[in-house]
Amino acid sequence: MLVLLVAFIAIQFFPTQRNESDIVARTDFLIVNKSPKDISTILRESCYDCHSNNTDYPWYNKIQPVAWFLEDHVKHGKGELNFNTWDELSDRRKKSKLKSITNQVKDDEMPLYSYTLIHRDAILSDSDKNTIENYMNSLMDILE
Amino acid sequence: MDKQQIIITNLNQNKMKKVRVTTAILAMAFLSLTVMSCRDTKKEEVNDSMNSEMQEEGHQDDSMMDNDNSMMDHNDSIMDHDSSMMNHYNMDNNRMGSNMQNADAKQVVADYMTLKDALVATNKEDAAKAGKKLVSTLNGFNVSSYTSEQQKELKDIIADAKEHAEHIGKSEMDHQREHFKTLSKDIMDLVAITGTETTLYQQFCPMYDGGSAWLSMNKEVKNPYYGSKMLNCGKVQKEIN
Repeated sequence: MLVLLVAFIAIQFFPTQRNESDIVARTDFLIVNKSPKDISTILRESCYDCHSNNTDYPWYNKIQPVAWFLEDHVKHGKGELNFNTWDELSDRRKKSKLKSITNQVKDDEMPLYSYTLIHRDAILSDSDKNTIENYMNSLMDILE
Repeated sequence: MDKQQIIITNLNQNKMKKVRVTTAILAMAFLSLTVMSCRDTKKEEVNDSMNSEMQEEGHQDDSMMDNDNSMMDHNDSIMDHDSSMMNHYNMDNNRMGSNMQNADAKQVVADYMTLKDALVATNKEDAAKAGKKLVSTLNGFNVSSYTSEQQKELKDIIADAKEHAEHIGKSEMDHQREHFKTLSKDIMDLVAITGTETTLYQQFCPMYDGGSAWLSMNKEVKNPYYGSKMLNCGKVQKEIN
Protein backbone atom coordinates (compact mmCIF):
# COMPACT_ATOMS: atom_id res chain seq x y z
CA MET A 1 0.00 0.00 0.00
CA LEU A 2 2.78 2.36 0.96
CA VAL A 3 4.64 1.45 -2.24
CA LEU A 4 1.60 2.34 -4.30
CA LEU A 5 1.23 5.65 -2.51
CA VAL A 6 4.89 6.52 -3.07
CA ALA A 7 4.60 5.54 -6.72
CA PHE A 8 1.50 7.67 -7.08
CA ILE A 9 3.24 10.69 -5.61
CA ALA A 10 6.36 10.07 -7.69
CA ILE A 11 4.53 10.02 -11.03
CA GLN A 12 3.02 13.41 -10.27
CA PHE A 13 6.41 14.93 -11.04
CA PHE A 14 6.48 13.60 -14.59
CA PRO A 15 5.50 16.42 -16.92
CA THR A 16 3.23 16.04 -19.91
CA GLN A 17 3.08 18.19 -23.00
CA ARG A 18 -0.04 20.29 -22.97
CA ASN A 19 -1.96 20.78 -26.16
CA GLU A 20 -2.75 24.49 -26.02
CA SER A 21 -2.50 27.29 -28.51
CA ASP A 22 -3.95 30.79 -28.75
CA ILE A 23 -3.32 31.08 -32.43
CA VAL A 24 -6.41 30.97 -34.59
CA ALA A 25 -5.24 28.98 -37.57
CA ARG A 26 -6.10 30.29 -41.02
CA THR A 27 -6.30 26.67 -42.13
CA ASP A 28 -8.98 25.86 -39.57
CA PHE A 29 -11.97 23.83 -40.74
CA LEU A 30 -14.59 26.23 -39.38
CA ILE A 31 -12.87 29.29 -40.83
CA VAL A 32 -12.07 27.84 -44.26
CA ASN A 33 -15.57 26.50 -44.71
CA LYS A 34 -17.24 29.52 -43.09
CA SER A 35 -19.24 27.03 -41.07
CA PRO A 36 -22.55 28.15 -39.57
CA LYS A 37 -22.95 28.68 -35.84
CA ASP A 38 -24.67 25.39 -35.07
CA ILE A 39 -21.88 23.37 -36.70
CA SER A 40 -19.20 25.37 -34.98
CA THR A 41 -20.88 24.86 -31.60
CA ILE A 42 -21.20 21.11 -32.04
CA LEU A 43 -17.68 20.55 -33.33
CA ARG A 44 -16.05 22.74 -30.68
CA GLU A 45 -17.98 21.05 -27.90
CA SER A 46 -17.65 17.46 -29.06
CA CYS A 47 -14.56 17.20 -31.28
CA TYR A 48 -12.04 19.99 -30.85
CA ASP A 49 -10.59 18.85 -27.53
CA CYS A 50 -8.82 15.97 -29.24
CA HIS A 51 -8.90 17.05 -32.89
CA SER A 52 -7.36 20.51 -32.72
CA ASN A 53 -4.29 22.26 -31.33
CA ASN A 54 -6.20 23.51 -28.34
CA THR A 55 -7.57 21.24 -25.65
CA ASP A 56 -9.87 22.65 -23.01
CA TYR A 57 -8.30 20.72 -20.13
CA PRO A 58 -10.32 19.53 -17.16
CA TRP A 59 -8.95 20.13 -13.64
CA TYR A 60 -8.12 16.46 -13.13
CA ASN A 61 -5.69 16.61 -16.01
CA LYS A 62 -3.20 17.87 -13.43
CA ILE A 63 -3.24 14.43 -11.83
CA GLN A 64 -1.22 11.53 -13.16
CA PRO A 65 -1.82 9.06 -14.70
CA VAL A 66 -4.87 10.88 -16.14
CA ALA A 67 -2.63 13.39 -17.88
CA TRP A 68 -0.75 10.63 -19.69
CA PHE A 69 -3.96 9.02 -20.75
CA LEU A 70 -5.28 12.30 -22.15
CA GLU A 71 -1.99 13.20 -23.78
CA ASP A 72 -2.01 9.92 -25.65
CA HIS A 73 -5.62 10.41 -26.74
CA VAL A 74 -5.04 13.91 -28.02
CA LYS A 75 -1.89 12.87 -29.87
CA HIS A 76 -3.69 10.01 -31.56
CA GLY A 77 -6.77 12.13 -32.29
CA LYS A 78 -4.75 14.87 -33.93
CA GLY A 79 -2.88 12.28 -35.93
CA GLU A 80 -6.12 11.09 -37.47
CA LEU A 81 -7.66 14.52 -37.93
CA ASN A 82 -6.69 18.01 -36.89
CA PHE A 83 -9.43 20.54 -37.67
CA ASN A 84 -6.94 23.40 -37.26
CA THR A 85 -4.86 22.24 -40.23
CA TRP A 86 -7.80 21.31 -42.44
CA ASP A 87 -6.84 23.42 -45.41
CA GLU A 88 -3.42 21.79 -45.66
CA LEU A 89 -5.15 18.67 -46.96
CA SER A 90 -5.65 17.94 -50.65
CA ASP A 91 -9.20 17.69 -52.01
CA ARG A 92 -8.93 13.91 -52.05
CA ARG A 93 -7.87 13.80 -48.41
CA LYS A 94 -10.59 16.27 -47.44
CA LYS A 95 -13.28 14.19 -49.10
CA SER A 96 -11.89 11.11 -47.44
CA LYS A 97 -11.88 12.77 -44.00
CA LEU A 98 -15.41 14.14 -44.46
CA LYS A 99 -16.59 10.63 -45.24
CA SER A 100 -14.83 9.22 -42.19
CA ILE A 101 -16.24 11.94 -39.93
CA THR A 102 -19.75 11.08 -41.09
CA ASN A 103 -19.17 7.35 -40.62
CA GLN A 104 -17.64 7.71 -37.18
CA VAL A 105 -20.47 9.91 -35.94
CA LYS A 106 -23.17 7.77 -37.52
CA ASP A 107 -21.72 4.59 -36.02
CA ASP A 108 -21.43 6.21 -32.56
CA GLU A 109 -17.69 5.63 -32.60
CA MET A 110 -17.01 9.31 -32.00
CA PRO A 111 -16.93 11.08 -29.63
CA LEU A 112 -15.25 8.31 -27.66
CA TYR A 113 -17.22 6.76 -24.83
CA SER A 114 -14.39 7.39 -22.37
CA TYR A 115 -14.64 11.08 -23.26
CA THR A 116 -18.42 11.50 -23.09
CA LEU A 117 -18.44 9.64 -19.79
CA ILE A 118 -17.11 12.79 -18.19
CA HIS A 119 -17.88 15.42 -20.83
CA ARG A 120 -21.63 14.94 -20.84
CA ASP A 121 -22.07 18.04 -23.04
CA ALA A 122 -20.09 16.35 -25.79
CA ILE A 123 -22.71 13.67 -26.32
CA LEU A 124 -24.31 14.07 -29.74
CA SER A 125 -28.07 13.96 -29.98
CA ASP A 126 -29.71 12.39 -33.03
CA SER A 127 -30.43 15.83 -34.40
CA ASP A 128 -26.77 16.83 -33.87
CA LYS A 129 -25.71 13.74 -35.80
CA ASN A 130 -28.07 14.59 -38.62
CA THR A 131 -26.82 18.16 -38.72
CA ILE A 132 -23.22 16.95 -38.95
CA GLU A 133 -23.98 14.36 -41.61
CA ASN A 134 -25.89 16.80 -43.80
CA TYR A 135 -23.21 19.44 -43.44
CA MET A 136 -20.34 17.08 -44.23
CA ASN A 137 -22.24 15.76 -47.23
CA SER A 138 -22.79 19.29 -48.51
CA LEU A 139 -19.04 19.95 -48.23
CA MET A 140 -18.32 16.72 -50.09
CA ASP A 141 -20.64 17.82 -52.89
CA ILE A 142 -18.71 21.06 -53.26
CA LEU A 143 -15.45 19.12 -53.59
CA GLU A 144 -16.82 16.76 -56.22
CA MET B 1 13.82 -44.59 -35.27
CA ASP B 2 15.63 -47.26 -33.26
CA LYS B 3 14.51 -45.85 -29.94
CA GLN B 4 10.95 -45.56 -31.12
CA GLN B 5 11.05 -49.11 -32.36
CA ILE B 6 12.29 -50.38 -29.05
CA ILE B 7 9.66 -48.51 -27.08
CA ILE B 8 6.85 -49.63 -29.29
CA THR B 9 8.07 -53.21 -29.42
CA ASN B 10 8.42 -53.26 -25.67
CA LEU B 11 4.88 -52.09 -25.27
CA ASN B 12 3.48 -54.61 -27.63
CA GLN B 13 5.93 -57.38 -26.80
CA ASN B 14 4.15 -60.51 -27.87
CA LYS B 15 1.25 -59.06 -29.75
CA MET B 16 3.17 -57.53 -32.60
CA LYS B 17 6.03 -58.68 -34.65
CA LYS B 18 8.94 -56.40 -35.29
CA VAL B 19 8.23 -56.38 -38.98
CA ARG B 20 4.79 -54.94 -38.49
CA VAL B 21 6.12 -52.08 -36.43
CA THR B 22 8.70 -51.25 -38.99
CA THR B 23 6.11 -51.21 -41.74
CA ALA B 24 3.83 -49.06 -39.62
CA ILE B 25 6.56 -46.52 -38.98
CA LEU B 26 7.57 -46.56 -42.60
CA ALA B 27 3.97 -46.07 -43.62
CA MET B 28 3.61 -43.10 -41.28
CA ALA B 29 6.81 -41.57 -42.52
CA PHE B 30 5.66 -42.04 -46.08
CA LEU B 31 2.25 -40.56 -45.30
CA SER B 32 3.71 -37.47 -43.66
CA LEU B 33 6.07 -37.00 -46.57
CA THR B 34 3.27 -37.18 -49.09
CA VAL B 35 1.14 -34.74 -47.11
CA MET B 36 3.98 -32.25 -47.01
CA SER B 37 4.86 -32.64 -50.66
CA CYS B 38 1.17 -32.34 -51.56
CA ARG B 39 1.06 -28.97 -49.87
CA ASP B 40 4.01 -27.77 -51.87
CA THR B 41 2.60 -28.88 -55.18
CA LYS B 42 -0.69 -27.22 -54.32
CA LYS B 43 1.09 -23.96 -53.70
CA GLU B 44 2.95 -24.30 -56.95
CA GLU B 45 -0.22 -25.05 -58.79
CA VAL B 46 -1.86 -21.92 -57.47
CA ASN B 47 1.15 -19.86 -58.40
CA ASP B 48 1.32 -21.38 -61.84
CA SER B 49 -2.31 -20.81 -62.60
CA MET B 50 -2.04 -17.23 -61.40
CA ASN B 51 0.98 -16.59 -63.53
CA SER B 52 -0.52 -18.10 -66.61
CA GLU B 53 -3.71 -16.12 -66.06
CA MET B 54 -1.76 -12.94 -65.78
CA GLN B 55 0.24 -13.70 -68.87
CA GLU B 56 -2.81 -14.58 -70.86
CA GLU B 57 -4.57 -11.43 -69.89
CA GLY B 58 -1.43 -9.47 -70.51
CA HIS B 59 -1.40 -10.68 -74.09
CA GLN B 60 -4.92 -9.53 -74.66
CA ASP B 61 -3.94 -6.02 -73.76
CA ASP B 62 -2.96 -4.80 -77.17
CA SER B 63 -6.06 -5.97 -78.94
CA MET B 64 -8.31 -4.64 -76.19
CA MET B 65 -6.69 -1.26 -75.95
CA ASP B 66 -8.39 0.00 -79.05
CA ASN B 67 -11.72 -0.59 -77.40
CA ASP B 68 -10.81 1.47 -74.37
CA ASN B 69 -12.66 4.62 -75.18
CA SER B 70 -15.76 3.04 -76.58
CA MET B 71 -16.12 0.90 -73.47
CA MET B 72 -15.69 3.79 -71.14
CA ASP B 73 -18.56 5.62 -72.72
CA HIS B 74 -20.97 3.05 -71.33
CA ASN B 75 -20.69 4.36 -67.81
CA ASP B 76 -23.47 5.42 -65.56
CA SER B 77 -24.07 9.09 -65.05
CA ILE B 78 -22.79 8.84 -61.48
CA MET B 79 -19.37 7.97 -62.73
CA ASP B 80 -19.27 10.47 -65.56
CA HIS B 81 -16.90 12.73 -63.76
CA ASP B 82 -14.52 9.93 -62.91
CA SER B 83 -14.51 8.42 -66.33
CA SER B 84 -13.63 11.68 -67.95
CA MET B 85 -10.69 11.88 -65.59
CA MET B 86 -9.73 8.35 -66.46
CA ASN B 87 -9.87 9.06 -70.15
CA HIS B 88 -7.58 11.96 -69.60
CA TYR B 89 -5.04 9.82 -67.81
CA ASN B 90 -5.31 7.00 -70.23
CA MET B 91 -4.51 9.27 -73.10
CA ASP B 92 -1.35 10.30 -71.32
CA ASN B 93 -0.43 6.81 -70.41
CA ASN B 94 -1.53 4.38 -73.00
CA ARG B 95 1.98 3.93 -74.24
CA MET B 96 3.81 3.22 -71.04
CA GLY B 97 0.94 2.49 -68.69
CA SER B 98 -0.78 -0.46 -70.23
CA ASN B 99 2.20 -2.29 -71.61
CA MET B 100 4.59 -2.10 -68.74
CA GLN B 101 2.71 -1.56 -65.54
CA ASN B 102 5.01 -0.67 -62.68
CA ALA B 103 5.72 -3.69 -60.45
CA ASP B 104 4.64 -1.73 -57.37
CA ALA B 105 1.34 -0.81 -58.99
CA LYS B 106 0.81 -4.46 -59.88
CA GLN B 107 1.43 -5.47 -56.27
CA VAL B 108 -0.98 -2.81 -55.00
CA VAL B 109 -3.72 -4.24 -57.20
CA ALA B 110 -2.83 -7.79 -56.09
CA ASP B 111 -3.01 -6.80 -52.39
CA TYR B 112 -6.28 -4.96 -53.00
CA MET B 113 -7.75 -8.09 -54.58
CA THR B 114 -6.70 -10.22 -51.59
CA LEU B 115 -8.44 -7.70 -49.35
CA LYS B 116 -11.53 -7.64 -51.54
CA ASP B 117 -11.76 -11.44 -51.48
CA ALA B 118 -11.48 -11.44 -47.68
CA LEU B 119 -14.38 -8.99 -47.49
CA VAL B 120 -16.42 -11.10 -49.90
CA ALA B 121 -15.78 -14.02 -47.53
CA THR B 122 -16.63 -11.77 -44.53
CA ASN B 123 -13.33 -12.74 -42.94
CA LYS B 124 -12.17 -9.98 -40.63
CA GLU B 125 -8.75 -11.46 -39.83
CA ASP B 126 -7.80 -12.05 -43.45
CA ALA B 127 -9.03 -8.59 -44.38
CA ALA B 128 -6.92 -7.04 -41.61
CA LYS B 129 -3.89 -9.00 -42.76
CA ALA B 130 -4.43 -7.91 -46.36
CA GLY B 131 -4.85 -4.31 -45.21
CA LYS B 132 -1.51 -4.40 -43.42
CA LYS B 133 0.15 -5.97 -46.44
CA LEU B 134 -1.27 -3.20 -48.64
CA VAL B 135 0.14 -0.57 -46.27
CA SER B 136 3.64 -1.98 -46.64
CA THR B 137 3.32 -2.19 -50.42
CA LEU B 138 2.10 1.40 -50.59
CA ASN B 139 4.99 2.49 -48.35
CA GLY B 140 7.46 1.07 -50.82
CA PHE B 141 5.74 2.45 -53.92
CA ASN B 142 8.32 4.01 -56.23
CA VAL B 143 6.77 6.83 -58.26
CA SER B 144 9.96 7.96 -60.01
CA SER B 145 9.02 6.52 -63.40
CA TYR B 146 6.04 8.88 -63.74
CA THR B 147 5.78 12.51 -64.80
CA SER B 148 5.95 15.09 -62.03
CA GLU B 149 2.25 15.83 -62.32
CA GLN B 150 1.44 12.11 -62.06
CA GLN B 151 3.83 11.76 -59.15
CA LYS B 152 2.01 14.46 -57.25
CA GLU B 153 -1.34 12.79 -57.87
CA LEU B 154 0.05 9.34 -57.06
CA LYS B 155 1.54 10.51 -53.77
CA ASP B 156 -1.80 12.00 -52.82
CA ILE B 157 -3.62 8.77 -53.71
CA ILE B 158 -1.05 6.64 -51.87
CA ALA B 159 -1.26 8.76 -48.71
CA ASP B 160 -5.03 8.45 -48.69
CA ALA B 161 -5.09 4.75 -49.56
CA LYS B 162 -2.53 4.04 -46.87
CA GLU B 163 -4.69 5.60 -44.20
CA HIS B 164 -7.69 3.50 -45.19
CA ALA B 165 -5.60 0.33 -45.42
CA GLU B 166 -4.21 1.05 -41.95
CA HIS B 167 -7.70 1.33 -40.54
CA ILE B 168 -8.76 -1.87 -42.27
CA GLY B 169 -5.77 -3.51 -40.56
CA LYS B 170 -7.20 -2.80 -37.11
CA SER B 171 -10.98 -2.51 -37.40
CA GLU B 172 -14.17 -4.51 -37.17
CA MET B 173 -15.80 -5.79 -40.34
CA ASP B 174 -18.28 -2.88 -40.63
CA HIS B 175 -15.47 -0.35 -40.48
CA GLN B 176 -13.31 -2.35 -42.80
CA ARG B 177 -16.07 -2.14 -45.37
CA GLU B 178 -16.56 1.60 -44.84
CA HIS B 179 -12.88 2.21 -45.44
CA PHE B 180 -12.87 -0.21 -48.36
CA LYS B 181 -15.28 2.06 -50.18
CA THR B 182 -12.97 5.07 -50.15
CA LEU B 183 -9.96 2.84 -50.69
CA SER B 184 -11.60 1.44 -53.83
CA LYS B 185 -11.94 4.95 -55.23
CA ASP B 186 -8.24 5.54 -54.54
CA ILE B 187 -7.20 2.31 -56.24
CA MET B 188 -9.37 3.10 -59.29
CA ASP B 189 -7.70 6.48 -59.62
CA LEU B 190 -4.30 4.88 -59.15
CA VAL B 191 -4.96 2.32 -61.89
CA ALA B 192 -6.13 5.16 -64.15
CA ILE B 193 -2.59 6.53 -63.92
CA THR B 194 -0.51 3.35 -63.80
CA GLY B 195 -2.55 1.34 -66.26
CA THR B 196 -3.11 -2.37 -65.79
CA GLU B 197 -1.77 -5.47 -67.49
CA THR B 198 -4.70 -7.58 -66.36
CA THR B 199 -8.28 -6.76 -67.23
CA LEU B 200 -10.09 -5.27 -64.26
CA TYR B 201 -13.82 -5.00 -63.82
CA GLN B 202 -15.27 -2.02 -62.04
CA GLN B 203 -18.40 -3.23 -60.29
CA PHE B 204 -21.11 -1.32 -58.53
CA CYS B 205 -23.60 -2.08 -55.78
CA PRO B 206 -26.39 0.54 -55.61
CA MET B 207 -27.45 -0.52 -52.11
CA TYR B 208 -24.37 -0.01 -49.96
CA ASP B 209 -24.02 3.54 -48.60
CA GLY B 210 -25.89 5.22 -51.43
CA GLY B 211 -24.03 3.26 -54.10
CA SER B 212 -20.49 1.91 -53.90
CA ALA B 213 -17.99 0.63 -56.42
CA TRP B 214 -15.05 -1.78 -56.28
CA LEU B 215 -12.61 -3.52 -58.59
CA SER B 216 -12.46 -7.21 -59.42
CA MET B 217 -10.40 -9.49 -61.68
CA ASN B 218 -13.50 -11.50 -62.52
CA LYS B 219 -16.52 -10.46 -64.49
CA GLU B 220 -18.79 -12.38 -62.14
CA VAL B 221 -20.11 -10.15 -59.33
CA LYS B 222 -19.17 -11.11 -55.76
CA ASN B 223 -20.10 -8.31 -53.42
CA PRO B 224 -17.41 -7.29 -50.88
CA TYR B 225 -19.75 -4.89 -49.05
CA TYR B 226 -22.28 -7.51 -48.01
CA GLY B 227 -20.55 -10.85 -48.47
CA SER B 228 -22.84 -13.86 -48.37
CA LYS B 229 -25.79 -11.68 -47.30
CA MET B 230 -26.09 -10.32 -50.80
CA LEU B 231 -23.27 -11.99 -52.65
CA ASN B 232 -24.41 -11.28 -56.17
CA CYS B 233 -25.81 -7.81 -55.68
CA GLY B 234 -24.27 -5.45 -58.18
CA LYS B 235 -23.26 -5.18 -61.78
CA VAL B 236 -20.23 -4.62 -63.97
CA GLN B 237 -19.93 -0.92 -64.60
CA LYS B 238 -16.81 -0.80 -66.68
CA GLU B 239 -14.03 -2.95 -68.05
CA ILE B 240 -10.56 -1.54 -67.50
CA ASN B 241 -7.72 -2.78 -69.67
